[in-house]
Amino acid sequence: MLLGRVIGTLVPCVVYEGLKGVPMLWVRPLDRRGNPAGKALICADSTRMAAPGELVYYEGGREAAMALDPAFVPVDHAIIGIVDQLHVEE
Amino acid sequence: MFLGVVTGNIVSTISHPFYVGKKLLIVDRCDEHWRSTGKYVIAVDSVDAGVGERVLVLDEGNGARQVLDDAEAPVRSVVVGIVDAATVDG
Repeated sequence: MLLGRVIGTLVPCVVYEGLKGVPMLWVRPLDRRGNPAGKALICADSTRMAAPGELVYYEGGREAAMALDPAFVPVDHAIIGIVDQLHVEE
Repeated sequence: MFLGVVTGNIVSTISHPFYVGKKLLIVDRCDEHWRSTGKYVIAVDSVDAGVGERVLVLDEGNGARQVLDDAEAPVRSVVVGIVDAATVDG
């Protein structure tokens, strides 16, 4: 998993079966110090509670779809949790 | 698998149900000489590792689900060992 910052929302009008009602959010990947690292991604939100501005951690690949219910859905990145506190030593 | 150094941890109350009660560590990826590669990963702890420790990280979904004993878990990275010594010849 990697850290990301939610920077926006996305509302699809037609979605594949199984993805109805799943929130889609724009996420900017971050390095471990919280600096932006790479292009923004669209993540399905498995917590259904993340909002723009929040620090989250997300998973990519097959595990992203496994975070959702039903799990057999076409998703490549999913938010797994919202960060309350990030402690990093230099 | 790869070697890494634990540099931090994440506290999170809102997360996918699988991650409730799981300890999440931020692990810096290292090369064979313990030099940081600049990459990191957020991994589930299975060996009670702490900040500053040199660890072995499993970065593959099926093995991770086997270690954590949940076939449906959306997990890929797990800290599976604390490293005492790593010797490289040549």
